Amino acid sequence: MWDYTPTVKDHFLNPRNVGDIVDADAVGEVGSLACGDALKLFLKLDENKEKIVDAKFQTFGCASAIASSSALTEMVKGKTLDEALAVSNQDIADFLGGLPEEKMHCSVMGQEALEVAIYKYRGMEMPAHDSEHDHGSAYPDYEGEIVCKCFGITDAFLKKVIETNALTTAEQVTNFTKAGGACGGCIPKIKDLIAQVLGEAEAKPRTRPEKLSNMKKMQLIQEVLERDIRPLLWTDGGDLELIDIDGSIVQVAFRKACAGCASSGNTARMVEAKLRDLVAEDIIVEEVSQ
Amino acid sequence: MKEIYLDNNATTKVDEAVFEEMRPYFCELYGNPSSMHFFGGQVQSKVNEARERVAALLGSQPDEIIFTACGTESDNAAIRSALEVFPERHHIITSRVEHPAVLTQCRNLRQKGYRVTEIGVDATGQLDMDELKNSVDDDTAIVSLMWANNETGVIFPVQEAAELVKSKGALFHSDAVQAIGKIPINMAESQIDMLSLSGHKLHAPKGIGALYVRRGTPFRPFMVGGHQEKSRRAGTENAAAIVALGKACELAGQSMNLENTVVKDQRDRLQNALMTAVPHARINGGGAERLPNTTSIAFEFVEGEAILLLLSEFGICASSGSACTSGSLEPSHVLRAMGVPFTCAHGSIRFSLSRFTTDAEIDTVIREMPPIIAKLRQMSPFGREFLKAGV
Repeated sequence: MWDYTPTVKDHFLNPRNVGDIVDADAVGEVGSLACGDALKLFLKLDENKEKIVDAKFQTFGCASAIASSSALTEMVKGKTLDEALAVSNQDIADFLGGLPEEKMHCSVMGQEALEVAIYKYRGMEMPAHDSEHDHGSAYPDYEGEIVCKCFGITDAFLKKVIETNALTTAEQVTNFTKAGGACGGCIPKIKDLIAQVLGEAEAKPRTRPEKLSNMKKMQLIQEVLERDIRPLLWTDGGDLELIDIDGSIVQVAFRKACAGCASSGNTARMVEAKLRDLVAEDIIVEEVSQ
Repeated sequence: MKEIYLDNNATTKVDEAVFEEMRPYFCELYGNPSSMHFFGGQVQSKVNEARERVAALLGSQPDEIIFTACGTESDNAAIRSALEVFPERHHIITSRVEHPAVLTQCRNLRQKGYRVTEIGVDATGQLDMDELKNSVDDDTAIVSLMWANNETGVIFPVQEAAELVKSKGALFHSDAVQAIGKIPINMAESQIDMLSLSGHKLHAPKGIGALYVRRGTPFRPFMVGGHQEKSRRAGTENAAAIVALGKACELAGQSMNLENTVVKDQRDRLQNALMTAVPHARINGGGAERLPNTTSIAFEFVEGEAILLLLSEFGICASSGSACTSGSLEPSHVLRAMGVPFTCAHGSIRFSLSRFTTDAEIDTVIREMPPIIAKLRQMSPFGREFLKAGV
């Protein structure tokens, strides 16, 4: 049984704003019967067409999909369209007091429907798409190559979700988007996308700080290992553990696929180069076997 | 809130008579059955009695029963044994709708280089016997087919399948965890070599199972390190649970008739009432021979987890073959194999009854279920379209 918060249960058992708005200004539809969940969102704007004065929904899905839709309609009422666009899937989950990670895709669906509704209202061109309103292929920003054939999810959409939620594993991507949750055939492709997103994050210029206290230096080393280096190793099935930091000497032990790998020396040099780039020029990485 | 427990294919209540039978074997008669002294000896004789009771239910000899920790262990032991017995054979046959205890193991063995054939089923959930016939060959070590399906209750013609397989020299195993106690089984008139059963599906506690191994069938133990169970399953006997399983099997034999009359009538009444009250529903496997206690109904336009949680508000416990309850996102592999469309696979609910189910409980479900489906359909964009169309 899922461990739902009292707020999720309340919004599931007593959903707010179920129904439709006949003269709605904006309507957003995502999901399909085949996907196992779908949401149709209706928005009514004020006279100046700025603020959302009413929101209604219809949802096919599990308890957390219904609760996420109900929460979304409550959250956007009274907001301007720009304010509404700033609502993230995490905001929806937070409003509900949290969702189990396996159910995060429900909050993503809410956020997606909201975006679709507003994009359509603003007259952004809709691509021709099939009648199933597949996740991620429903509006122009997320056009792209279909990665998950079972749920019809595109690479552009997956990259957005990976980036905004800082996802690092294929399992997380499945929990957030359902991609890879059926036949699993696209999991290697999802891993590639994670690597791409991580790579792109690195490409953004990050400068080495001028001066560092010892404490700051240790913190920064740990941060770079966690954010930049370990996720890279994970994509190859490897890992490392930080053993000790003594001045400029960083001791690491390689784990999983990296442990005992013939090229772990090269990996150690890669780690060293990265740390020299982002922390301090004098860093020396030593591999220890622990 | 008093529970209305209609999830007996998941697990069952321990019968109070079973509990009373096992109670002394914790604090009073706690001896080790293998000990030489009188204190262990009296436990040994009770374990033997339990073995006879299990054998009686199966129509087998007591020495054909090996006690294990669960149905999953029995399944694992049977398949592993066959592969060790026939090291020169590298082919395993099973079905697409098996329990994960069999299916996952076979798929792991495939990774290790074994050839695995998964026989398909038709739209009613019935086994494709022609495919089985065409798949068995000289390389086949074991064929493992379930007696009855846990999700739909559909009964496979395992006796016929065993005859076919035996003629090719392979071993035949059946996971009969769901069938035992619900339909009569007589191993004396069967060609099945190995058969798994689980205590907690027939009103014994969790943590006890058994594997039937026909006399003369070569067997290699899965658990080694002790002489227990004639060295076929090492480890100190779980005496209390074995005693419980024996009693549960005795009671199952006595209530077999009840399962196929009273329980079956309750199941039929529930299923007919729901099919009448709720449009756009279908019985999964309705066209095949099924266990008397099980019905799986697919409701279109709604999702299973939402149904279960609303049922739960009335104390009604059922289960779903749907995506979201199981942690995996795909609808049940059983319903997919039967070709049940995604659209209703997501909204499938399984009710599984037992001899403890009352008519009043069935009445409550018949009363509460249709409004729940209506409420969710009212909320669902697809349900609303269908309501509007007035179909």
